[in-house]
Amino acid sequence: MVGFLIRRTGQAIFVLILVTAATLGLVHLFPGGPVRALLGDRATPALIDYYNHIYGFDQPFYVQYIKWVNQLLHGNLGFSDKLNVSVVTLISTDLPKTMVLVLLGTLVSLLFGIPLGVYQAVRRNSVADYVLTGVSFLGYSTPTFFLGLVMVDWFAVDSHVFPAFGPQSSSVISILGQPRALVLPVFTYAFLLYALWSRYMRSSVLDNLVQDYVRTARAKGATERRVVWRHVFRNSLVSIVTLLGLSIPTLITGAIIIEVVFNYSGMGLAFYQAAIDNDFEVLLGFTVIATTATIVGNLLADVGYAVLDPRVRY
Amino acid sequence: MSEAQVVAATDAELGLELSDKPRGMFVRAWEVFAENKLALAGLSFIAFILLFCFVGPHIYVTNQTNTDLSTYLCTPSGAHLLGCDDVGYDELGRLMVGGQTSLEVGLAAAVVSVLVGTLYGAISGFAGGFVDALMMRVVDAGLSLPSLMIIIILSVIFHPTPTTIIFIIAVFYWFGVARLVRGETLSLRNREYVQAVKVIGGRPMRSVLKHIVPNAIGTIIVQATFAVADSILTLSVLGFLALGVAPPATDWGSMLSSGLQYIQGGNYWWLIYPPGVLIILTCISFNFIGDALRDAFETRLQRR
Repeated sequence: MVGFLIRRTGQAIFVLILVTAATLGLVHLFPGGPVRALLGDRATPALIDYYNHIYGFDQPFYVQYIKWVNQLLHGNLGFSDKLNVSVVTLISTDLPKTMVLVLLGTLVSLLFGIPLGVYQAVRRNSVADYVLTGVSFLGYSTPTFFLGLVMVDWFAVDSHVFPAFGPQSSSVISILGQPRALVLPVFTYAFLLYALWSRYMRSSVLDNLVQDYVRTARAKGATERRVVWRHVFRNSLVSIVTLLGLSIPTLITGAIIIEVVFNYSGMGLAFYQAAIDNDFEVLLGFTVIATTATIVGNLLADVGYAVLDPRVRY
Repeated sequence: MSEAQVVAATDAELGLELSDKPRGMFVRAWEVFAENKLALAGLSFIAFILLFCFVGPHIYVTNQTNTDLSTYLCTPSGAHLLGCDDVGYDELGRLMVGGQTSLEVGLAAAVVSVLVGTLYGAISGFAGGFVDALMMRVVDAGLSLPSLMIIIILSVIFHPTPTTIIFIIAVFYWFGVARLVRGETLSLRNREYVQAVKVIGGRPMRSVLKHIVPNAIGTIIVQATFAVADSILTLSVLGFLALGVAPPATDWGSMLSSGLQYIQGGNYWWLIYPPGVLIILTCISFNFIGDALRDAFETRLQRR
């Protein structure tokens, strides 16, 4: 187990190095270089040289990379010249707001997705199963922004039940104090994720229902309710834990779109704004944070799987 | 080893034409597929939408190049069956032209990513050892990049045309395909018929292209189908973020996004629901087809 942990962590670190190098390389793809993109077409060559020198872009790539990673490790994620704040400050104000959205949305989607997925598996090929399958496929196939704006049209423009925008506030506490404004963003986000959990739960329960231990439990005379909830459900939950760890890219993608649709000022909206503004230090900083979260999530998923499932031994 | 496996193995060893075996496989897969009503409905819808987008403009002729402010936001009528958009383009004709872009980009991105992913995954799995480990870490790295973030950055850097968008989408999609195909390859590379190629002196590339890829074709086709749906969705998101194709070209996502500006200004339903519904129905059709294909090809595996 210790050997596996060391090996797996080593892999994760190697992947992290690859990804950060690729991300840093990415900003050099800006036509004329990142500094030209930041300063605009009317910047003089002298000014561009000066900024290239400040950012260290006049040095070889590996030197740039080592210096950049050194700064990252010391907690310096760069500075936004457009917004005149450091990227760390930007993240520390925006990340908690995005976390509120992501956590609430994930929670709501799990509360619906897990029980309904189990129900679908137990009542396989019933009318309810087909209807819920249809709902999941709708979740897979609907552009999130379209769903969000239709929600706005129905519940905000036409009927004024909920506000059209997410909570407009700079602090998490006051965001949580506006539950009505949170309803549309959170539920739109949750619908997107619902399809993922319910489909996965359904197939996972179906896989478990044909296992030998289910036959044993039935043979012992366990009631169907006990078989499903005490035996199958608990085993299927293991794979959901793994899936959660692997879903971080999906969570991030969803959050970006939801934040743009509902003008919810979290990391996703800030990232989109930075992309439009060519604010490459923000783009770099945010991408590194998101990527690190993904890699750590994958690592935890693997380790969690090994811990939770006693059959898995490395 | 089951009978089918023996037959497949001897076929390959004797160098019989591949056309014999896949035909049997595809016929069987089709039988399972045809039992799935949803998949057939999806297939019919895709056929319809292809006709609508590519043949439709020749029947329902509209000007999709020059704007016409005299028909600004006109309501649906005999002259404009689905009304007009905010620069006077006929909306129904626009749906056809936009659909061409969406479908072309979706299909091309799927083909590019599946081709690259398949080759990469098969080579990685077949090589094994250190090469495999290194190649798979690259895939891990690609999969741990938040794709939408990088796609947004790339779309800002490269001014989006349909061709650049195809590659921007495919750059991310092939990683997942590569991992799946590599998994398939690991189970195929130790089969007797692949070993036999090595023994009789066949080059590694021959094993990969002639023996491993054809046998992983089920996984590949299923993945390609889902890739089309995902690519169409990604393109629509880019359209929404104003990073889609530039006018006068358009795609369903860009149409939806420009229509959505009028969501609060009155009842301009024809600008919002038709493109949105077409995106949903097209993607759901590809998803139904993919799901049925997965069942179809998995049944084949179970029979083995």
